[in-house]
Amino acid sequence: MRPRVLQLFTAGVNCDRELRHAFELAGAQVSDVHIRSLAETPSLLRECDMFAIPGGFTYGDDLGAGRILSLELHKFLGDALFEHREKDGSVFGVCNGFQVLVKAGLLPGLDGVQASLTWNQSHRFECRWTRLIPSPAVRHLIPGGDFLPAPAAHAEGRLVLGNAEADIAALEESDCIALRYADANGNPTTEYPDCPNGSTEAIAGLLSPCGRVLGLMPHPERNLSTEHLPDRGAGKWGHGGEGVDFFKGLLAPYATQTPG
Amino acid sequence: MKQDAWRVELEPRSGQPDPVGENARKALANRGLESESEIRFARGYLLPGRLDREQVITIAQRLLADPVAEEILIFEPNQIPEDGKQRLVVRRMPGVADPEGASASQALALLEIPLTNGETVESLRCFRSLEPQDSNDFLKVASRALANPTIEQVSLADSPIRLRATPDYLPSTRKEIPMRRLKDDELSALSSSMGLALSREEMRAIQDFFIQEEREPTDIELETLAQTWSEHCKHKTLTGPVRLRVSGADGALEREKVYDNLLKETVFEVTRRLSPEWCWSVFSDNAGVVALTEDVGIAVKVETHNHPSALDPYGGAGTGIGGVIRDILGTGLGARPFAATDVFCVGLAGNDSAERPAGTLHPDRILEGVVAGVRDYGNRMGIPTVSGTVIRHPGYIANPLVFAGCIGEIPRDKVEKETRPGDFIVAVGGRTGRDGIHGATFSSEALHEESETVDAAAVQIGDPITEKTVLDILIEARDKGLFRSVTDCGAGGFSSAVGEMGEECGAEVNLSAAPLKYPGLSYWEVWISEAQERMVFAVPPESLEELQSLCQLHGVEATSLGTFTDTGRLVLKWEGEEVGNLPMEFLHGGVPQPERLATWRCLGLETTAWPESIDEKGTLLKVLSHPSVVSKEWVVRQYDHEVQGGTVLKPYQGERGTGPGDGTVVKPDISRKEGVAIGCGIAIRVAELDPWSGAANAVDEAMRNIVVAGGDPHRTALLDNFCWGDCRKPDRLGSLTLAAEGCHDAALAFGAPFISGKDSLNNEYRVGGDEVSIPPTLLCTAVAPLQDTSLAVGTQLRTPGNLLVLLGVTNSNGGGSVASEILGLGDSIPPSPDLEMAPTIMEALHRAIQNKLIASAHDLSEGGLAAAASEMTLGSNYGLKLDLERIPTNESIPRSGLLFSETPTRFLLEVEPQHLSRLGDIFKTLPWETIGEVLGSPILDIVGQEAIEVDQLREANHGAAP
Repeated sequence: MRPRVLQLFTAGVNCDRELRHAFELAGAQVSDVHIRSLAETPSLLRECDMFAIPGGFTYGDDLGAGRILSLELHKFLGDALFEHREKDGSVFGVCNGFQVLVKAGLLPGLDGVQASLTWNQSHRFECRWTRLIPSPAVRHLIPGGDFLPAPAAHAEGRLVLGNAEADIAALEESDCIALRYADANGNPTTEYPDCPNGSTEAIAGLLSPCGRVLGLMPHPERNLSTEHLPDRGAGKWGHGGEGVDFFKGLLAPYATQTPG
Repeated sequence: MKQDAWRVELEPRSGQPDPVGENARKALANRGLESESEIRFARGYLLPGRLDREQVITIAQRLLADPVAEEILIFEPNQIPEDGKQRLVVRRMPGVADPEGASASQALALLEIPLTNGETVESLRCFRSLEPQDSNDFLKVASRALANPTIEQVSLADSPIRLRATPDYLPSTRKEIPMRRLKDDELSALSSSMGLALSREEMRAIQDFFIQEEREPTDIELETLAQTWSEHCKHKTLTGPVRLRVSGADGALEREKVYDNLLKETVFEVTRRLSPEWCWSVFSDNAGVVALTEDVGIAVKVETHNHPSALDPYGGAGTGIGGVIRDILGTGLGARPFAATDVFCVGLAGNDSAERPAGTLHPDRILEGVVAGVRDYGNRMGIPTVSGTVIRHPGYIANPLVFAGCIGEIPRDKVEKETRPGDFIVAVGGRTGRDGIHGATFSSEALHEESETVDAAAVQIGDPITEKTVLDILIEARDKGLFRSVTDCGAGGFSSAVGEMGEECGAEVNLSAAPLKYPGLSYWEVWISEAQERMVFAVPPESLEELQSLCQLHGVEATSLGTFTDTGRLVLKWEGEEVGNLPMEFLHGGVPQPERLATWRCLGLETTAWPESIDEKGTLLKVLSHPSVVSKEWVVRQYDHEVQGGTVLKPYQGERGTGPGDGTVVKPDISRKEGVAIGCGIAIRVAELDPWSGAANAVDEAMRNIVVAGGDPHRTALLDNFCWGDCRKPDRLGSLTLAAEGCHDAALAFGAPFISGKDSLNNEYRVGGDEVSIPPTLLCTAVAPLQDTSLAVGTQLRTPGNLLVLLGVTNSNGGGSVASEILGLGDSIPPSPDLEMAPTIMEALHRAIQNKLIASAHDLSEGGLAAAASEMTLGSNYGLKLDLERIPTNESIPRSGLLFSETPTRFLLEVEPQHLSRLGDIFKTLPWETIGEVLGSPILDIVGQEAIEVDQLREANHGAAP
């Protein structure tokens, strides 16, 4: 049976097409669900292995990116999401989806650590390719190279922490810092433009301590072939299609499941 | 009555950057504020005063603030902070939309603190000076520096700031406008006092009609006619009779020609003659449609949104892109947008306020604003803005141009639509307010000094998320077959949409049914309001319920406003009373079209005197930093130009992402291999010297973009956008007519049909007694399908050792070129494409690309060979060596001309050495030559001069936000 992905939809979601395609290339069966339908029938979550929140500008980023949808998740799906994770279900958020997961407190999901995603250092929307280096916990998602090439496209992607030093130590200890922005030599950096937003500790993606909630700002679903690369496969941006491996890795725990 | 309000202000926490505050400090200093005090920015919200403190704290902490990054300040109703004179609050004018406030109002329900009827949350921007200020001075300077006075007002926080109450309901009843007895000048006075922008002849035609009908018109009937007959909606100049007289430099008449319908006999004529079977819909719907595959077509439209952008660049550009997206949604039964384009023409950066006409914004502020407007609208819509440019010229100082384009995909069986009598007229999307009243007639009149103050209502604020939801609904409803026809509410609002859809049958509209943002609109305001994000559907009765429940799921209103009928009349009702009743025939066919005179006097130009010897390196660096050539990457990076995952040939390319592309390629569906190449051409400096050549150059450039990107020149479709001065003046219409002839001749030579277009013919600015026209501006946009996007080639160098081939002949005509301006050569004959050879060159290059013989390719445009060669290195880590002696040419041209002449139809091609002979088999006797090679080191080595580091080129070309 193919892994089942349930993709959340609401006003302003706009990266659902590429995310669906990426999951499908990775072998999943993808269905879309509107937040209003899910609010009426939270048990729909039981029908999926992976609950995915695509990128976009839900509710126009009004009141801060992801804020309103994060409140809706809390109100409508709080219990259902808890149950989903208890039953080994995964949650994945990219770009606006990551912002939603952070604002909802599902990421980093570490007691005592307050995190948020706020305006880029440049105070501007930035669309540019980035190189992401993985922590050991997600190394298997990038089997073909040292880094994951993926375009970032956001205005509010700078991770901030309530208490930077202590929080970073806590995050590192629990292996929560999944992905960091890196320069062409593979070293993590907070410098523009390799790091497009000035994020604390060059953090691009977070993993929950349970290992089943993952979110990141850049878009691996926009790197599905050589054609997608900015240098069209000239060699300095990987070989292209690293995103497909990434999503295969995400679905691997569910790929061999028998119907149950 | 105003309502007491809590004010919540959210400042960046200490240690967090405050770039908005810092920019505000700079803007205040630039505007002459003496104090150098630090300025802090805060997001602000007004909440109804009846809430209690606990509720306000909950709202602030859980909904409004980012508690990790922001500090929360709460002011009680009527509380005046001690430093109130150092605090500023920027609010929108009454009636200007506040989407963020609306979102907050709705989201309160999630916290179980719902608002009661009539209560709202308002969003604000707040600025705080850390040091005391002269409050009068502070307020005065800030009113200009931190706000747009057209739509915003600034006040000091030294008195209570209250929420505005909703306006009182004013009943409106049927009103007749007596006009049958008016004399000519009284008719003109009536047109101008009602803001109708109708000419005397048009007013007379309306008067004749009502004399025949034996009654007086109502106000709404005159408004309807004014909207429908506006230049903006009807294009009466371009579709009317024109007498062209061209004279020589000595003034002697050389040629006279009469066109009965200028557009039909020039631009449309190309399409009629070619009539390719792959054109599915041309010049009839909201966009042109051409085939991508057998089953899927692409719909393309480019619009202008100029006058609103002069007043409010941000809102104007946003609603411009919003409008053209709705054109695509309203094509056939709806196309799904997958790419957008934008071209901005603004004044030069150096124009300081002393040189600027009163009442105009600084061109840098305009550019910043329009970029931000397209960014915030396009990004929220999830449509990648992939192609475009920025033109800077002093002629746009008072009248900027904003072109916005959109491309969508549409199944072949959804291209046709038909309204049937009995179908419901259903409005879907945002509510109707007083926004944009008289936008259609406003855009048809020249701007003037008072425009800024009197026309605030013509400015609209977009709400892209509502439009995105309308898109989501539209595509789902289309695929379920829930409606028979659809169009967008653009200029003229419901009046244009319903008028167009019911043209062939008739319509009866109950205006009281329209959902309103606030009460108090009169019926004619409801009818012509240009409130954004609305579409009108023709829905068969049996589908209405399903459409409404689909809309409900997405949280958008769908309201039946009446029915389409078989009476051939447009009947308008308000609270049961008939307020308008016009025959469709008169509405759409009654506008008089007098012959207009068009004159052009040739300038008598000489050939370009290229100097024998110049500082080549210095000139090149100046060319690369010229406003026309300088990198626009700072614009592109603010656009999510990769959303939807289909952007496979990007606007900026190469390992570094800093190399400018020519055409871009976007796949509508990433699971398939087909894509669409998009290009554009614009040659205003040439057009100023010779309008025919300007148009031919624009077409050639758009074609070059397409071919370089891998598109097939035989499958290329073109769009025209004419932005001109006041074409009631013969000289303006003369250059326009020549440009239309240039479009015709060039497009016919290339075999490329025009499929859609739009004009904007009143881009003049009155100040004092002078009337100033913008430069004649033709934008030519081109699209072509690629059957396999992997064959597309980029512009950036790939492999050292490859050869560099120049295809196309270079000649010395350099009038209007960037280098002729930099070198001070004065006006001279501008370049023109050789329309016999150009199509053959494009075809040959296309074959070479299809045969994978080309590693990278770049067309030669502004800055000529030297700029093009430089640009091929900018995104790579490689260099180029070239030898000017080998350039194909038929005359003796000094090195300066070889480097910088802007002869069209030329390409630089990177070719692997082993492919050269096969390339020769294709290029045969065409003018082409190997002129250099790719170097492993990043230098530009032009034989006969010292090599230049690519870093230096990159630095010269680097552009930044103003």
